[in-house]
Amino acid sequence: MELHDLWFVVIAVLWTGYFFLEGFDFGIGVLTKLLARDRPERRVLINTIGPVWDGNEVWLLSAAGATFAAFPEWYATLFSGFYLPLLAILICLIVRGVAFEYRVKRSGERWQRNWEHALFWCSLLPAILWGVAFGNIVHGVEIDADKEYVGGLLDLLNPYALLGGAVTLSLFTFHGAVFAALKTTGEIRYRARSCATWLGLLATGLAAAFLLWTQADQGKGSSLAVLIVALLALAVAVGAIRAGREGWSFAFSGLAIVATVAVFFLVLFPAVMPSSLDEKWSLTVSNASSSPYTLRLMSWCALIATPLVLLYQSWTYWVFRKRIGTQHLADSAH
Amino acid sequence: MDLALAPETLSRWQFGITTVYHFLFVPLTISLASLTAGLETAWVRTGKEKYLRATMFWGKLFLINIAMGVVTGIVQEFQFGMNWSDYSRFVGDVFGAPLAFEALIAFFFESTFIGLWIFGWDKLPKRIHVACMWMVALGTILSAYFILAANSWMQHPVGYRLDKGSGRAELTDFWLVLTQNTALAQAFHTLAAAFLTGGAFMVGIAAFHLRRGKHVPVMRTSLRLGLITVVIAGLLTAVSGDLLGKVMFKQQPMKMAAAEALWDGEKPAPFSVFAYGDVDKGHNSVAVQIPGVLSFLAHDDFSSYVPGINDVNKAEQERFGPGDYRPTIPVAYWGFRWMIGFGMTSFALGALGLWLTRKKFLLPRRLRTGEEEVPRLVLLRAPLGARLSRWYWRLAVWTLAFPLIAGSWGWIFTEMGRQPWVVYGLFQTRDAVSPGVSQGEVILSMTVFTLLYAVLAVIEVRLLIKYVKAGPPELTEDDLHPPTRIGGGHGDGDGDAQQDRPMAFSY
Repeated sequence: MELHDLWFVVIAVLWTGYFFLEGFDFGIGVLTKLLARDRPERRVLINTIGPVWDGNEVWLLSAAGATFAAFPEWYATLFSGFYLPLLAILICLIVRGVAFEYRVKRSGERWQRNWEHALFWCSLLPAILWGVAFGNIVHGVEIDADKEYVGGLLDLLNPYALLGGAVTLSLFTFHGAVFAALKTTGEIRYRARSCATWLGLLATGLAAAFLLWTQADQGKGSSLAVLIVALLALAVAVGAIRAGREGWSFAFSGLAIVATVAVFFLVLFPAVMPSSLDEKWSLTVSNASSSPYTLRLMSWCALIATPLVLLYQSWTYWVFRKRIGTQHLADSAH
Repeated sequence: MDLALAPETLSRWQFGITTVYHFLFVPLTISLASLTAGLETAWVRTGKEKYLRATMFWGKLFLINIAMGVVTGIVQEFQFGMNWSDYSRFVGDVFGAPLAFEALIAFFFESTFIGLWIFGWDKLPKRIHVACMWMVALGTILSAYFILAANSWMQHPVGYRLDKGSGRAELTDFWLVLTQNTALAQAFHTLAAAFLTGGAFMVGIAAFHLRRGKHVPVMRTSLRLGLITVVIAGLLTAVSGDLLGKVMFKQQPMKMAAAEALWDGEKPAPFSVFAYGDVDKGHNSVAVQIPGVLSFLAHDDFSSYVPGINDVNKAEQERFGPGDYRPTIPVAYWGFRWMIGFGMTSFALGALGLWLTRKKFLLPRRLRTGEEEVPRLVLLRAPLGARLSRWYWRLAVWTLAFPLIAGSWGWIFTEMGRQPWVVYGLFQTRDAVSPGVSQGEVILSMTVFTLLYAVLAVIEVRLLIKYVKAGPPELTEDDLHPPTRIGGGHGDGDGDAQQDRPMAFSY
């Protein structure tokens, strides 16, 4: 295995980490309107991710930064090519981050309600758009000989990619509902369970359609195996939440996300952004990567930093392991 | 092509707007993290309530501020690829590495430990709680260092070679990129200025309350801490600015000549106090100068030669081919002056304040004030009159944002002074822009960012004012008795009582 292959794996791991962690953050954001019945319940949901959402989001920054360093051509083509969708994601992440921090800073009804709307929409939209983006990456987009994206915005909104968006949205919301059941106490916990059950069924159906379409189009032996893992994991996760085994369900909904992202990257390899115009214009691990020196340097950094990050982020989850219910909420506005 | 119509112009405006805006929050975040951690450490060590109240007060303002810093920072990570894709292709091998290091090492630190700090008051023993804020502070400083090393490479590229096949810059010595004198001087200068900013912020807000005689014990402590920070950081900012200037005279003579509107080289070279001139003809029509001082700034003596804008332009034309290698002179000239002017005013007011509020040294016993009193402002041996005192407090409040203005101009000067280069001597800004992104798309994104940022600025400032006016919080029994076990509780069998207690902080 060459270094750029290793870095393909590292980028895949960073995206997987991002979708696993911010997946349930986005899900919780969507559930504030889907599951919560009143403001205290919305606050319970938001507080399950309160201490951790910011750290989870850094996985995205790491994925982007590592792509810049390890595959500059990929970074350049992807970010300039998907200009408007990424702009929308950026706006959402900005508003969402501020919404978390500022919502409680005033007690006015309008103030709180507006931030709650913002939180919902700015969780929903990125959850869809990341699926659309990855659908397009996997499917291939119009890249010319200069490695530039030459398609338009509407080309990105094709049925396959939109289905991808529906998959990430349903998968993240399911994952979020399981997380909510795992982290809350009281009545909302039980409603989260039943909500998770039907969300899980929806996610399973959509994921099956999308992954089988992917497999039929561009599949390989390895992607088929992982696809089966993804669908089985979803089935187990749904079964577990029905049986009230929240921890197991969360592990398996997480595994389903891991496996789905793995299918994306397995189908892609060795390309990182296939061209739909001409195969020889595709960006691949070898023609998009940095020099061996930079990759070696980055490998040391990732080798030391990533386990440490996992260690102290896990510790955070352990510190805040207690379930949250409406009785635990401090007074609003402080 | 006329710069106003060039394809890169809009992207430059967007980068300028989003980056200057982002950098309003960065210096405050860097300095307030350390200052808050310092105050909390004082609480842990002494057990004095005023330190805990100060920690909570400044911590809250810090959080309102860092939230904006974090979210506007995401844009930075994306827009190199979005708007400057050809730049990203050219420099990714070199420039991407410090950015990735920053994310993997510094951002994770900051964001994880800030979550622990915000929600950890009733979950962590106080020593671990304060350690979290120190980790955040360390994260902010590391983050600053990596990004400044990356920027320094754009100012003075080192440790790379140009690949013949692809024409890209490739990294050959990362250590050199991290430790070249440009990076060291720039990090020193930027971090010192960040603490000047936080110090002035603290002084201004403490002065606001002290003028009204409110929250005196907390604000008196904050005032002293702020004043000392302003004076030390202000001195270091000046020293490091001088160092950085000398580095720049060597590495980018054009930037420094533009900063002084020095059109033709002189020996000895004068420092310009005021100049007005004609950019096309290349001379000043009005110039007020102090002889020899520019030579001193550049080379530590009052007689040596400093090349002018026209000389450097000619030299660069010979080296890089025909073209205009001059930045926008008035922006460089005035940016340099606003940076120094606002920064030094803030430092001077801080030094004055530190002298006026001195305690034991040289102060007659009868003029000393207790910890619970508003400090008396004493110029020599008699206190200032009521009117003059009020004026000092007012000035302190009004000038709290001076270092922020200085910092913004500092960046505008250093980035615009480097033009037309994006990487000095290697790669020009006009070649850096994304060829596939249309002008319409950039107009849209720039409009959206500008409007959103304007709205958020209003919200942020209003929140800051609200929490400044509210003053430090009253302490509860729980605040004074933080848990002794990780996860909460005191380990004395109060487990059941703990179960349904409200969280110390919740969103």
